[in-house]
Amino acid sequence: MRPSELLTLTPSGLYCPQADAHIDPVRPVRRALITHGHSDHARAGHEAVLATPETLAIMAVRYGVDFAGYTQAVRLGETVDLNGVKVSYHPAGHVLGSAQIALECEGLRIVASGDYKRARDPTCAPFEVVPCDVFITEATFGLPVFRHPDTRDEVAKLLASVQLFPERAHIVGAYALGKAQRLMALIREAGYDQPIYVHGAMERLTEFYQQSGVPLGEIRKVQAAERPKLGGAIVICPPSATQDLWARKFPDPVTAFASGWMRVRARARQKGVELPLVVSDHSDWDDLCRTILDTGAGEVWVTHGQEDALVHWCTSRGIRAKPLHMLGYGDEGEVEPDTAGPADAPPVAEAAS
Amino acid sequence: MNRFAELLDRLGYEPGRNNKLRLMTEYFRTTPDPERGFALAALAGGLSFANAKPGLIRALIAERTDPVLFGMSYDYVGDLSETVALLWPSPREVHEPGQPAIGHNRPPPSLAEVIESLQASHRSDLPGLLSRWLDGLDETGRWALLKLITGSLRIGVSARLAKSSVAALGDLEPNDIEEVWHGLEPPYESLFAWVEGRSPRPEATDPAPFRPPMLAHPIDDKDFDGLDARVMTAEWKWDGIRVQAVGGTRPDGRRVQRLFSRTGEDISKSFPDLVEAIDFDGAIDGELLVLREGRVQTFNVLQQRLNRQSVSPKMLVEFPAHVRAYDLLHWGGEDLRPLPFCERRERLETMLGSLENPRFDISRLISFETWEDLAAARANPAEAGAGVDAAAVEGCMIKRADSPYVPGRPKGLWYKWKHDPHVVDAVLMYAQRGHGKRSSFYSDYTFGVWREGAGGDELVPVGKAYFGFTDAELAELDRFVRRNTVNRFGPVREVTHEPDKGLVLEIAFEGLNRSTRHKSGVAMRFPRVSRIRWDKPPAEADRIEILEKLLQREGEAEETPA
Ligand SMILES: [Zn+2]
Repeated sequence: MRPSELLTLTPSGLYCPQADAHIDPVRPVRRALITHGHSDHARAGHEAVLATPETLAIMAVRYGVDFAGYTQAVRLGETVDLNGVKVSYHPAGHVLGSAQIALECEGLRIVASGDYKRARDPTCAPFEVVPCDVFITEATFGLPVFRHPDTRDEVAKLLASVQLFPERAHIVGAYALGKAQRLMALIREAGYDQPIYVHGAMERLTEFYQQSGVPLGEIRKVQAAERPKLGGAIVICPPSATQDLWARKFPDPVTAFASGWMRVRARARQKGVELPLVVSDHSDWDDLCRTILDTGAGEVWVTHGQEDALVHWCTSRGIRAKPLHMLGYGDEGEVEPDTAGPADAPPVAEAAS
Repeated sequence: MNRFAELLDRLGYEPGRNNKLRLMTEYFRTTPDPERGFALAALAGGLSFANAKPGLIRALIAERTDPVLFGMSYDYVGDLSETVALLWPSPREVHEPGQPAIGHNRPPPSLAEVIESLQASHRSDLPGLLSRWLDGLDETGRWALLKLITGSLRIGVSARLAKSSVAALGDLEPNDIEEVWHGLEPPYESLFAWVEGRSPRPEATDPAPFRPPMLAHPIDDKDFDGLDARVMTAEWKWDGIRVQAVGGTRPDGRRVQRLFSRTGEDISKSFPDLVEAIDFDGAIDGELLVLREGRVQTFNVLQQRLNRQSVSPKMLVEFPAHVRAYDLLHWGGEDLRPLPFCERRERLETMLGSLENPRFDISRLISFETWEDLAAARANPAEAGAGVDAAAVEGCMIKRADSPYVPGRPKGLWYKWKHDPHVVDAVLMYAQRGHGKRSSFYSDYTFGVWREGAGGDELVPVGKAYFGFTDAELAELDRFVRRNTVNRFGPVREVTHEPDKGLVLEIAFEGLNRSTRHKSGVAMRFPRVSRIRWDKPPAEADRIEILEKLLQREGEAEETPA
């Protein structure tokens, strides 16, 4: 069996005809295999959804319990058989419940990695290398200028600023699923024991993390009236809220943003950020390259992001590679605003206060 | 170096001046000598070494990266130093197989090491030094290093702000730092020791130091109400560059002669002709001007001498530099700054008189009794004492006669009256005979602008002007008034003012107030005739709405907090 027979590209996304299943489809389909709960990968309206229990729970939090006609939980490390295709889920290290999905048939194995990272994350299971023939990877940070630093140094930067400007509120923009909770956990690891304040839009997902056994310390929802009194506090909110009127009610706010994009100064400036924190839930360039080598794949498909550079790198190393130019992906606004399709917009509830 | 890099990084993103100040003060408080001293030098622009060229940096990165990936990265990032800083392979990637992959092979260089090596080494050593340092630094460190050595450290911090942050380390004023600054050199250990109260003030051993200048506030229309013209003096504000000419003698008898810019930059090299003429022990505050045959040249002429690295003999002859002195700060070992302005002026006059130095002359005072007098002088400097040099006047300075010389911009002592006047085209309505030598002329003019009246457009008087014109123009205006009189009321003549018949005057004025005394509801400050529009029919003169709009704007400006 050739790889293109096992998995093809349709307008709805990657499709396995034999299993009659799409991976992270951007339109409603009969059967969806979902890698993780970010809104560009996990959409409501499919007939059947196969995902990890955590991802199913996250989808229920975001879209309500009726988000699909039928759901089937597949644990990390578990395999299900779909019409002779062995489908298994493996940790991706991206957010809570995130998985790589391996499809195996007639001795051919393709791994769709979804979004993944190799850096340490106390809030989810660490990435596992799955040897395969074809590795499907994203390339959000697929340029060698993207090298994510040690997150401990970035959190130290935030805490040093809180100490130097104890009368100013530190407003940290972070995506509501994963980034925000990882940041909270990292801040706790650095020894910060004051309450951490959150924007209403991330309250439920944060509660879900805590209920799932991720310790985050005391988390308080910001009450509108108390904003002027939060000098010295760390407040985590959706990135869009840092530029809102909402953020201006805090005392002399320091605008921070936790994102891999913060590595590039022009990016940070353009977003009006005063304290860029290079914290990403995606692999940096070095880890993208390392992972491709680790899987031993002879062929690499690059779904979205900076495909050209990564394809060039693979080719120059004798690995067959092709860009898929898939539209509709880009993590929760971590995509460049000018290339983001309408499908990337985060759910309304997340941006509202 | 990494800590300095973090500081630069943060300063580059921080928009607030006070926050920048705190970030720097915190850095100086927690960073040891000599590192912080070199950081101060870098921030205050006090470093000089041969900068690295972008070509060198491109060559270094080309040896280490795939050209296609470099091209894509540079396109994306848009800045060479930053691209290279991010792309530079850190030593963990080039480690020997079997060696641990974490930890740097080399310790990061200190800023002191970087600067001292740069100053001591030859250009040909630079590639080796640079790549060794880049290997030892993290991304931010590499970025800062590359910015530093290419001379493009732009982080929105002025030398003044950097010095202020040092002052804040102790309980000092920024000007306290300025006072001792010019006797000191990086890494400024004696300065930090003094600021932290560990040793006495560094002795000003420099016999010709820079002294922070006293600066003026722009005068606002409303300021005139609170100012008593009798206790103020005024002089022209010359359109050159503000300088300090300082001469002194070392204990061993050697002469030190220097010319400083307003910000304390030593600009002696560009003006050897002038520096040579500083044959006195003292400090003059004045305006650098080019004079030819005793006449002040315009700023355009002066500019041809500025910013020259070397000055040719031809240049010295064609653009002779002079100082028009405003003030005397120091003389014969005595600090004159605490004295009242009028006393310093006297000392300055005496001193310049005895010097007979053709490179220095005094900036003359303008005689006036009322603010109207001064407005008239300002409107016509040529006839108010500036004579043939009038073209080089850009306004006037108003100083309290009793003001000491206070560094910085103290309130209520010095003002500059510089801003451009507003202009409106108005129609001459009435004329009145003048006073004194003008009593035989109709020289006071009431003018009006159009507004909508009950029976169509009508002219409403908005002010009265009695200066701004030359004697020749006065004669013409007088003739016009006599030939176009339609009514007489005692000394006043009403002049034809129909849409197609009459005279348009361009009126310049400094500001506008609401007034209940005037029919139009507005009153102008210091209106004067700036041009006579013989060519313009009255119908094309301005309308009252223009003034209303201006009034609104000025009202809004008042409400905006400074
Ligand atoms: Zn994602």
